[in-house]
Amino acid sequence: MNLDTTTLDEIVSQAELAISEASDPAALDQVRVNFLGKKGLFTEQMKGLSKLPKEEKPKMGQVINIAKQKVQKLLTERGELLRNEEIKQKLAAESIDVTLPGRGTQLGGLHPVSRTIERIESFFGDLGFSVKAGPEVEDDYHNFDALNIPEHHPARQDHDTFYFNPKLVLRTQTSGVQIRTMEVEKPPLRIISPGKVYRNDYDQTHTPMFHQVEGLMVDKDVSFTHLKGVLHDFLHHFFEEEVEIRFRPSYFPFTEPSAEVDIMGKNGKWLEVLGCGMVHPNVLRSVGIDPEIYTGFAFGMGVERLTMLRYGVNDLRAFFENDLRFLKQFK
Amino acid sequence: MKFSESWLREWVNPAISSDDLAHQITMAGLEVDGVDPVAGQFNNVIVGEVVECGQHPDADKLQVTKISLGDYSSDTVVQGELVDIVCGAKNCRLGLKVAVATVGAVLPGDFKIKKAKLRGVPSHGMLCSESELGLAESSDGILELPSDAPIGSCVRDYLDLNDVTIDVDLTANRGDCLGIKGLAREVGVLNSLAFTQPTINAVTPSIDDTRAINIEANEACPRYLGRVIKGINVNAQTPLWMVEKLRRCGTRAIDPVVDVTNYVLLELGHPMHAFDLAKIEGDIKVRFANKDEKLVLLDENEVTLNEETLLIADDVKALAMAGIFGGLHSGVTTESTDIFLESAFFAPLAILGKARQYGLHTDASHRYERGIDPELQREAMERATELLLEIVGGEAGPIVEAKSEQELPQSKSVELRRVKLDGRIGHHIEDEKVDEILTRLGFEVASTGADIDKVWQVVVPAYRFDISIEVDLIEEVARIFGYNNIPNVAPTAMLKMREQKEASLSINKLKQALVNRDYQEAITYSFVDPNVQSLLHPQQEVMTLPHPISSEMSVMRLSLWTGLLQSVAYNQNRQQGRVRLFETGLRFVPDESAENGVRQENMIAGVISGQRVDEHWSMEKAATDFFDMKGDVEALLSLTANADAYEFSKAEIDALHPGQTAQITRAGHVVGYVGSLHPELERKLGLNGRTLVFELLLSEVLTQNIPQAREISRFPANRRDLAVVVKEEVDAKKVLQLIEKVGGNYLIDLNLFDVYQGNGIEDGYKSLAIALILQDTSKTLEEKDISDVIDRVVDTLKLELNASLRD
Repeated sequence: MNLDTTTLDEIVSQAELAISEASDPAALDQVRVNFLGKKGLFTEQMKGLSKLPKEEKPKMGQVINIAKQKVQKLLTERGELLRNEEIKQKLAAESIDVTLPGRGTQLGGLHPVSRTIERIESFFGDLGFSVKAGPEVEDDYHNFDALNIPEHHPARQDHDTFYFNPKLVLRTQTSGVQIRTMEVEKPPLRIISPGKVYRNDYDQTHTPMFHQVEGLMVDKDVSFTHLKGVLHDFLHHFFEEEVEIRFRPSYFPFTEPSAEVDIMGKNGKWLEVLGCGMVHPNVLRSVGIDPEIYTGFAFGMGVERLTMLRYGVNDLRAFFENDLRFLKQFK
Repeated sequence: MKFSESWLREWVNPAISSDDLAHQITMAGLEVDGVDPVAGQFNNVIVGEVVECGQHPDADKLQVTKISLGDYSSDTVVQGELVDIVCGAKNCRLGLKVAVATVGAVLPGDFKIKKAKLRGVPSHGMLCSESELGLAESSDGILELPSDAPIGSCVRDYLDLNDVTIDVDLTANRGDCLGIKGLAREVGVLNSLAFTQPTINAVTPSIDDTRAINIEANEACPRYLGRVIKGINVNAQTPLWMVEKLRRCGTRAIDPVVDVTNYVLLELGHPMHAFDLAKIEGDIKVRFANKDEKLVLLDENEVTLNEETLLIADDVKALAMAGIFGGLHSGVTTESTDIFLESAFFAPLAILGKARQYGLHTDASHRYERGIDPELQREAMERATELLLEIVGGEAGPIVEAKSEQELPQSKSVELRRVKLDGRIGHHIEDEKVDEILTRLGFEVASTGADIDKVWQVVVPAYRFDISIEVDLIEEVARIFGYNNIPNVAPTAMLKMREQKEASLSINKLKQALVNRDYQEAITYSFVDPNVQSLLHPQQEVMTLPHPISSEMSVMRLSLWTGLLQSVAYNQNRQQGRVRLFETGLRFVPDESAENGVRQENMIAGVISGQRVDEHWSMEKAATDFFDMKGDVEALLSLTANADAYEFSKAEIDALHPGQTAQITRAGHVVGYVGSLHPELERKLGLNGRTLVFELLLSEVLTQNIPQAREISRFPANRRDLAVVVKEEVDAKKVLQLIEKVGGNYLIDLNLFDVYQGNGIEDGYKSLAIALILQDTSKTLEEKDISDVIDRVVDTLKLELNASLRD
């Protein structure tokens, strides 16, 4: 075994060549084994050290180590290069068309009427109104009598009521829930009650079933200005714009003063969106609340009408046809 | 009520436009539904006289006329020259005053009048009919103008056709506005103007004839006036001005007697009735009907009366239903010469609801139900008499009045307290303003106290039936003051926190879960087609609407399926193959023990059909099946954090496939169903392909468990898979429950990940591959711990279900 630097340089040159020629990590690893492995050329060189005179050993050892480190560095560099190359190739092979549609994308949607009711509940929930529900098949007491509409009252005829018998009806208004609530709860009261109501009428602008949201606030010192304030706020927030609003005197047997509220449509015509008023003293009396102490306001809004205005729905009947092409527009 | 604006302006004439008037009364609570011109748009139509009229030489149905237009002249009409016009109307005759569309005139529909020749005879204009001028839908012959119509004047001006019909939708409380008089009073109030009533002269009787009047029902009829008029000519012509006024108020002219009573009804808001005097035997009686008494009404229908119906009768028979409808027998006909005229006050309570009982609703009943002015009977009688004598001639007898003063509605004294006025409105309206409003409304006002202690004593005339308590006055003050002049104020209230039960699951959360699983919410009608519903729920008792919109909407739903399935068919018919819908809402189950005999239960239901997912480039096409729907239901139930409380088991119900139906029970009660629709039903309902449905009682899924956290084990979990072979008919649930039961504390999870039948498994058997996850919280499990559990499980399965392990 020759122990001189010339040989060492040669080994390094050989290693350099072998490393540069290794085309994949496996081949490179073989090069490493050949030069730096247990039986590799450098190991052989180190073994040769023992035969050198004692004073030359450190110097020669250092020389060998430097050469070895050089090869080691080359191996690492080449190894990194080859791995990068390999990753690059792998990534290139895995490339996809990211513009293809994703999987399982579909979400359904709430019915627009529900969407409106949810929004109304949220606005009034902020003011501490709780949500109440009531029956849709209702007795004439809760639908009429307790609301100051005795039998034969002309206002009953305006309702186009579906009767099962003279004592039992499909509710024509959600106002009965006011009564049912006040029968068991005492003021201060703040409730809203969304739900279905029924009228025996079916044409371009009427469906025999539709939705109302009833509202009621009873407390000491509740006044007509408060009713106006709350409804103004509501309509502005609901439509998210300063819609023009007017309060028009009207008549409901269960409120006094009574009003209908119109908003200015995009076509420049007033559109009625709700009825409201100060709760009639007879109504409070019928549920055992003293009208000399308490006052209240009540309102009933037409959900379909509000929904049509908000989302540009032109045909009321679309709400109950359940055509997916209509419904899917509401996400 | 429809009324003519110019008629109103004869009574009160504020200096505002028609539109402003309509807006003003709308904002006072008399909502205007429409403002429509009383005639079409036309010009150059002139009053003329037929001065020559002869047969057309070549046409049987045409007449050749010469028309005088007097001094009228225009571009096309030479002053003083007669105009040649060929006319096809039968009533065209010599001496008739006519409406002449001159050459150059434009009639409604942009119809231009030009010079023409009709069968060779020149015609320089047209004689117009009412329909040609937009005064009527159709007309028979040309318009006949009164003989005193001034020749050469403009027909538009002469007939005052620049008028509008205002349709006001009166609320039930404002019976006082059901006539020009009441409307004029209201408009006067709004404009601070007094209204002027036309002079009504008392007619001096020229004969002595009377009929005695006996009121047997004083409370129902506190005042009744009658008058005999003899020797009338019913065949006289109602004057055009009256016909026109009636028309503009939506009333058709019939005969002069009816027209006059209708005129008074519209003018004063007071119904009247005329009887043929010859048909009245003896005295007039106002009484209640006898049980089952019969009366043939003017519409020729015979009604059987009940004892609550007020009648006008004579000594032997019923003549009319008081305040509602006249009788046929005593009605005025073309043969009548003598009449008996009625002007009465019937109490609202005596008339309310009665017309409706007989399926009637008349102009008279509409007004009597709401209340007419109890002081107006004599005025109405004199007005009608005067008009009648003018038109049909005859001799009037003296008025006979029967009344019971104490039963007549009196003016009411109502107190208005300042403190309540301010409290209810929330805005202070000055004393002077309140005084002014009340006074202008025609109330007598006095007051005591000052400032917050001020009290008004208000005397309200009897005709305001809607005002009897303090809040009625508050409404009047607010209404006239103007709602839009009252400020908007946010209410104040105690900031009291509301209870929010965490354990109650909101319906919105359930709905949102389905939306997130690609369901669209539907809302279907609560009344459904009985034929469809009975396919789904045969032999079930149901609530039926006696008067439905249509037979397809005539019974209350017993489940939400009927509506949802029809929505599926609706969408499938519109090329929407993949349908996923849900709905929440009440079902209506007849139940004697429930309030009002019906259980109204809130349900949540869904239906799916078509492909499992929309067609996608990377996914296999597959029709949706039972387990898609069941998965959605299980997802819903998992929201309760208590899914184990709900048990699915095989069931059979009418609507569903007998082999693909599960009932869902909770604590032993059925809370819902999930399944494939019965194939026979799919066929009958016209559905395309497999349709899956579910329905749950909402009340049974609206409680959720509040989480109680457990410690997470720090030790490794072990998985062991078993392939258990059991007979086909053994429910997977049984196997899983058994494993759970004997698995012990180490068994923390169980997952059935494969079901296999076929090669290697005996016929009639199936292999269930189940993963058991074992873990302890205090130590790493050793092989022995694990094999003990597995052995126990295998032994029990073998013993209880005769199961074996797959080789």
